[in-house]
Amino acid sequence: MIRELLTVPRLTGKAWTVWRRNLDVFLKTWRVNLVPPFIEPFLYLIALGFGLGGFVGYIGDVPYIDFIAPAIVAVSIMNSAFFECTYGSYVRMYYGKTFDAIIATPVSIEEVIAGELLWGATRSMIYTSLMLPVLVLFGVVDLPSSLLLIPFAFLGGLLFACIAMCFTAVTPSIDALNYPSFLFITPMLLFSGTFFPITVLPPALQVFAYAVLPLTNVVNICRGLTLTMFSPFMLYNLAWIVIVTGALFLISVNLMKRRLVV
Amino acid sequence: METVIEAIDLVKQFGPFTAVDTISFAVRPGEVFGFLGPNGAGKTTTMKMIQCASPRTSGTLSVFGMDPGTHSHEIKAMIGVVPQETNLDTEFSTFENLMVYSRYFGIPKEVAEERAEKLLDFVQLTEKRDINIEKLSGGMKRRLILARALVNQPKLLILDEPTIGLDPQARHLIWEKLKLLRSLGNTIVLTTHYLEEAERLCDRLVIMNNGTILVQGSPAALVRDHVGGGIVEAEHSPGVVACLLDMGIPYEVAGDRVQVVTDNPGAVARELLAKCDAKQVLTRAATLEDVFLKLTGRVLRE
Ligand SMILES: Nc1ncnc2c1ncn2[C@@H]1O[C@H](COP(=O)(O)OP(=O)(O)OP(=O)(O)O)[C@@H](O)[C@H]1O
Ligand SMILES: [Mg+2]
Repeated sequence: MIRELLTVPRLTGKAWTVWRRNLDVFLKTWRVNLVPPFIEPFLYLIALGFGLGGFVGYIGDVPYIDFIAPAIVAVSIMNSAFFECTYGSYVRMYYGKTFDAIIATPVSIEEVIAGELLWGATRSMIYTSLMLPVLVLFGVVDLPSSLLLIPFAFLGGLLFACIAMCFTAVTPSIDALNYPSFLFITPMLLFSGTFFPITVLPPALQVFAYAVLPLTNVVNICRGLTLTMFSPFMLYNLAWIVIVTGALFLISVNLMKRRLVV
Repeated sequence: METVIEAIDLVKQFGPFTAVDTISFAVRPGEVFGFLGPNGAGKTTTMKMIQCASPRTSGTLSVFGMDPGTHSHEIKAMIGVVPQETNLDTEFSTFENLMVYSRYFGIPKEVAEERAEKLLDFVQLTEKRDINIEKLSGGMKRRLILARALVNQPKLLILDEPTIGLDPQARHLIWEKLKLLRSLGNTIVLTTHYLEEAERLCDRLVIMNNGTILVQGSPAALVRDHVGGGIVEAEHSPGVVACLLDMGIPYEVAGDRVQVVTDNPGAVARELLAKCDAKQVLTRAATLEDVFLKLTGRVLRE
């Protein structure tokens, strides 16, 4: 069972044709797609940064608005890939029958899923690239280290894309995808060192957060990059992300194959 | 190569349910081969095994001499598929649908563009080239799917109910195109519910029911071997039935009609009129529908 789920699929460059299809759709509707990543940081920075930040002031010696800026990026990395590879992929798979159409060509089902995952990651990267200028404009992130957020968004995005695809592979219906959104994504958004430092949590919860919650590791790296405060602990975060992404990539592809090849 | 597709004792099970139950058939190069059968007969399931989308449970299957289980990549590059369910990309225009699909086959962009224009012309959709496909009619969508199945210039076309839900004109247009493709040397496998479609298009066909193949052969041979020359029909009234029984003429009941299969329809009709006092007597040539009715006792049409 475990071995089956960790089988390494045979993949070729054809996965990129699936990625490209999704990119084409994205570009066709770019007016709709490009607005949210501009608006989102404004909302967060104004409401939390100026609003809440006025009461909080500083966290350590970091202004509150600078403290949450990387979390806004991390949450956006999470949301764009996660929702793309849950609701987005499910709609393409189930309602659009797009996967059926593609696997009638020399593209394999494994390559279709890989293409979807790569696209989810790309979407995170695109959103991060669009948010970054706004954050720079507000003067809440450091340059040039924050530029590393862009390649990192791809990796972080891939992590959440793979998590999402596991849910998509087992969900009985599109409505059931609300469960991971509310029970997994929303709590993570609150308790991953995003809007308050994780150190205020009991030690056991801190360990749990770094050992189990993907967003905690992603936030910590984003924060290191935007504040130019590198620590060896970020290497742990990076290793965690790489290993978990690798395993979930295999598992999500194999779960989807099991669902679709009957 | 003697056969394009060869299936021997092909079986497909979904859990405990056997959808395709030990079927054998062979499709020869250049022919139109039909799968005729009612809902749930196992037609789509068979097509999916041929097009490498669904693994078989047992038996042997070869397409172009290759096993779909191990050579799906090679096989899929050589076939074109029209699925039963329309699955065009709703986000794209007519032309873009063909271009995106060409990319999956690794066809270079310039070649793909040229082919797409030609194919749109072939299925008479050039006017709709840049229209979003949500604005196409059902018949136009089926035509576009046919064009899409041709982007890789397939040697074998697999069409799962190519004319489902189309009006007679649209259906005739698709038939015309399929005949043209056949004349160009393509091998075509199609499934259908429509007897007329099978009779007009297929060189050979199988009739499936409950996962098994009941009979196979050319439409004419099937009619000749399984029904015979002609059919005489009359109203299903107690008088007519009693009279037929009396004369020892075997008959079948089809709805409100009784049918007599005979090589001498004229004589039977005269007897029915003269001796049985039948009012609505009709003679006609036997069709595939009669074959199907005789074999399964079911009316094939939905
Ligand atoms: N994925 C599946 N899981 C379980 N049963 C299935 C599956 N796909 C098909 N079946 C069953 O297999 C049988 C054959 O189905 P199939 O789709 O091949 O029929 P068909 O001849 O194409 O019918 P139609 O004319 O309605 O398209 C049906 O009883 C169907 O319920
Ligand atoms: Mg079918």
